[in-house]
Parts: sequence; structure tokens; C-alpha cells
Amino acid sequence: MLNVENINVGYKDLQVLWGVSFQVNQGELVALIGPNGAGKTTTLKAIMGLRRPWSGAIYFEGCNLCKAPAHKMAELGIAMVPEGGRVFTGLTVLENLELGAFPPHARKHMAQTLEEMYQLFPRLAERKFQRAGTLSGGERQMLAIARALMSRPKLLMLDEPSFGLAPLLVDRIFAKIQEINQAGMTILLVEQNVRAALELAHRSYVIQNGRIVGTGTSEELLSFEFVRSAYLG
Amino acid sequence: MVETLVQNIVFGLLLGALYGLAAVGLSLVFGVTKFLNVAHGELLMLGGYASFWLFNLYRVDPFLSLPLAALALVVVGVVLYLLLFSRTVKMDEEQKVQTTMLIGFGVSVILQNLAQRLWTADDRSITTAYSRMSWTLFDIRFPIVRVVSMVVALVLVIALHQFLQRSYFGKAIRATVEDWEEATIIGIDTHRVYLVAFIIGAALAGMAGTLVSVGYSIVPSMGLEWTLVCLVVMTLGGLGSIIGTFVGGLILGVAQALTAFAVGGAYRQVVGLLLFLLVLAVRPQGLFGVKEG
Repeated sequence: MLNVENINVGYKDLQVLWGVSFQVNQGELVALIGPNGAGKTTTLKAIMGLRRPWSGAIYFEGCNLCKAPAHKMAELGIAMVPEGGRVFTGLTVLENLELGAFPPHARKHMAQTLEEMYQLFPRLAERKFQRAGTLSGGERQMLAIARALMSRPKLLMLDEPSFGLAPLLVDRIFAKIQEINQAGMTILLVEQNVRAALELAHRSYVIQNGRIVGTGTSEELLSFEFVRSAYLG
Repeated sequence: MVETLVQNIVFGLLLGALYGLAAVGLSLVFGVTKFLNVAHGELLMLGGYASFWLFNLYRVDPFLSLPLAALALVVVGVVLYLLLFSRTVKMDEEQKVQTTMLIGFGVSVILQNLAQRLWTADDRSITTAYSRMSWTLFDIRFPIVRVVSMVVALVLVIALHQFLQRSYFGKAIRATVEDWEEATIIGIDTHRVYLVAFIIGAALAGMAGTLVSVGYSIVPSMGLEWTLVCLVVMTLGGLGSIIGTFVGGLILGVAQALTAFAVGGAYRQVVGLLLFLLVLAVRPQGLFGVKEG
């Protein structure tokens, strides 16, 4: 479904990603794990068209994403949950969700998707007229995920959903992510929290210093020093 | 004595409503795009002349020509945006403010000279059959055209406020103001949002110009003074609050009127700049603005 082929990405004269390649297949939950500053967020930004690769290509359902403007990605079926549960804090929960359905095909089904989101995250229904800025960290993360799902995407990308959350909340958010995947959603999960990510993912890629250094199932990856120290330590 | 004072306050409020309307346009454009369009006053001047000529050549009532003035400024706004301002959208905020100020300054010089060439440097104003009529209440005079102008300004500002709060595209505009990158991620074409905000700002300036030409007078060189007024009002009201900006306009109008009453008309402009400095020193987010961060 998603094919990232040998992309080199950087900011001004600083190269961040070096020949990164990976793919995500229909229905999979794939994790991209690695330490802080490895280039995980940059990878997602490149897919979203927010940071154009210097070279290489990104294909989504056979369509070259490098030729599409950034705001078209949602319409093509890619949704991204930004790091730290970034939501529009000055808007209400409901307004955030409504805007999530911005692509035309999603707007047609807005009422129905909204109901589904309230069922998935009942807390959001209770808080719908509250400003998003008044939500707790966990609630914001839920809102960010629900807002992304409002666009009825084919691929959901999550940037560090565990960021800044207490362990108990991380477990709850990850259980939701698994539930969403089991309902048929293809997911690309970017995580620093290796233990939590490996428990969930079908397959993972390890990224370090802007390069993919390993790939495989969770058991296979445990043979990597970085993964083992993070997993066990 | 008391009557003169009250009369001055009334005139201040009536003029202040137009300050508010003009400033709301500039504030919206700045809030959304971070363009500091210092040619805003010239856009207002163009709107005034549009209605002036529609009245003098075709006898179109100035209040009926409001939508036409708005339409004319929409066209001007689109041209200015696509030709000049759109080139700055990729810059960071500070660079954008500086560059658009320079662009705006250039545009204002061109428009001012063009207007002088085409329509002479004379003061003009629209004199309708009802221009001299006024209502009198407790010996206080309420000129009809100015009262109607104030109502029009109020209706426009409330309409804009409702549009931003309630409509889907209005919500998309507010989302873009908060975080353009996040807005892009969910599929909002932020360049289109910028263009729409710029056009609305231009249209509001044009309509404010119409109201100025009917209740007061217009002249090709009026732009700078109006841009300054808008900047003062914008600072006074605080960014991000449409209604607050409008109230800021009323406050400036009254402050000017009181100054003229107490120390003389020559000091009208000074009070605005004093208020500007005072607000920046004491409450930089403005009277009704929200503190950032």
C-alpha cells in the first residue's frame, strides 16, 4: 500500500534521512522504532508532503506522493496524528472532529463517522463542547486519533502516541490502536517506546541516525543491540 | 457644556464604528496570513472612490453601492494577492511581516499617486438628498447617514464574527490561524485560506471606504492616516478578537473626540498614538486579546 523508496531528506544543508526504504501492506500494523533524533518524524513529514525528499520516491497505492501538494494527502487517504496529541486547542472537541472530516468524501459521512468516534472514545462525547485546550494529555491524544480517523483514511500514521503519557494511559491508547487495526485499518506507528510498539506491531523497522538498520518481527528484532537494550532496560 | 460633551462622544462613537470596521479587516488579514498590509488604507480609499463615482455618474445610492465597492475590492485583493503577497507565504513569520510591509508601502504609493492622477487631489464626498438630515434626541444631533453607517458596520462585523465561529470554512480559518501545519495535515489548503482572508479584508476596507465617503470625505492621500488608525485599533482591541477590535475602534473614536473637545482638534491624532504606546506598555496583548503561550 505504502512504498517508500530510497528517500534522502534534509533541512537546508543538513541531511536527516539517508536512503530510507520501507513498505506497509494493506491491513498491517507496522512500527518504525528508533531513538530520539533518528529521523522518525521527518519520515512521516516526507510522506505527508510537508518535507520534500531530495531524491527517492514515495508511492501510495501506486500513486507518486512526491507530486501531490501536502493538503491533498488527506483526500488520497493518508491521515497523520501529530506528535504529542497536537490538536486545535482554541476550538472545541466537536469542531476539531468536524474539521477532521475536511476531505470531500469524508465530509459526506461526517455525522456517521462522528457517531463511530464517540463509540470508540466515549470520553470525547462527554467533552464535545469543551475547548480542546482544557483536555488532559490522554484525552488530547484520543482526540488527535479520532480527528485523524474522521477523514476515513486508508492509512493511519501515528507519531509517538505514547509521548508524555503515564504508563497506564500508554497501555490504554495502545489498546485502542490495536482495536482500530483489528477493525481493518492499516497503521504506521512511529515510536520511541520500543517495548510498547513491539508488543503491538506485526513487523517493525529500526531507524538510527537517519538510516534503516534492521527490520523483522518483534522476536527477530530482539537480536539487535539497540532494541535489546531499550527493550530490556 | 454637557450637551457639547455628549454630542462629541456621539460623534466619536459614530466615527469609531468606521475605525472598527476598517481595523477588523486588517486584523483578520494579519491574524490569518501574518501579512502586515500597510496599503489597507489605500484599499479603503479605492472603495470610497468606487461609490463616489457610482453615485455621481450613475446615481447609485451609496448604501446600495456597498456590495459593488466590496466586489471591486475583491478584484483588487485577488490581483494584489496573486501578483505580490502570495510570494511571501513560504517565509517565516518575521520575514513575512517585514517583506509584506515593504510590498504594502510600495502598493500604497502607487495607488495614492494613481488616484491623484485620475481623480485629482480634491476632497470629495457623496451628497445625497438625505445627507443633511439628522435625528435630534435631548438636543443631541444624530446625522442619519452616520447612524446608518454605524449600523452597517456593526452588522458586517457581527456577520464576520458569526462566519468565523459557525461556518465550516470559518472553523478551517481559525484552525489555520492556530497551526497551519496541522491544518495542512487534515487536508486544508492553507493558501486558499490565506487568499480568502485577504479578500475579506479588502472587501471590508472597500465598504468602510464607502461609508467614509458618505458620512465624511475622501481624498487620495487619506490612506496612511487610516492605516495608522487601523494599526492603533488593532493593537488596542487585541489580535484574535473580532468584536474586541470593533470595540477598540469605538474607544479610539471617543478618545479622539474627547481630546478634540478638551485640548483642541489639532491633537486628535496624538491621542491615538499615545493609546498605542500605553497599551503596548501595559497590556501588549490588547484590551480584549488573549495572551499567547
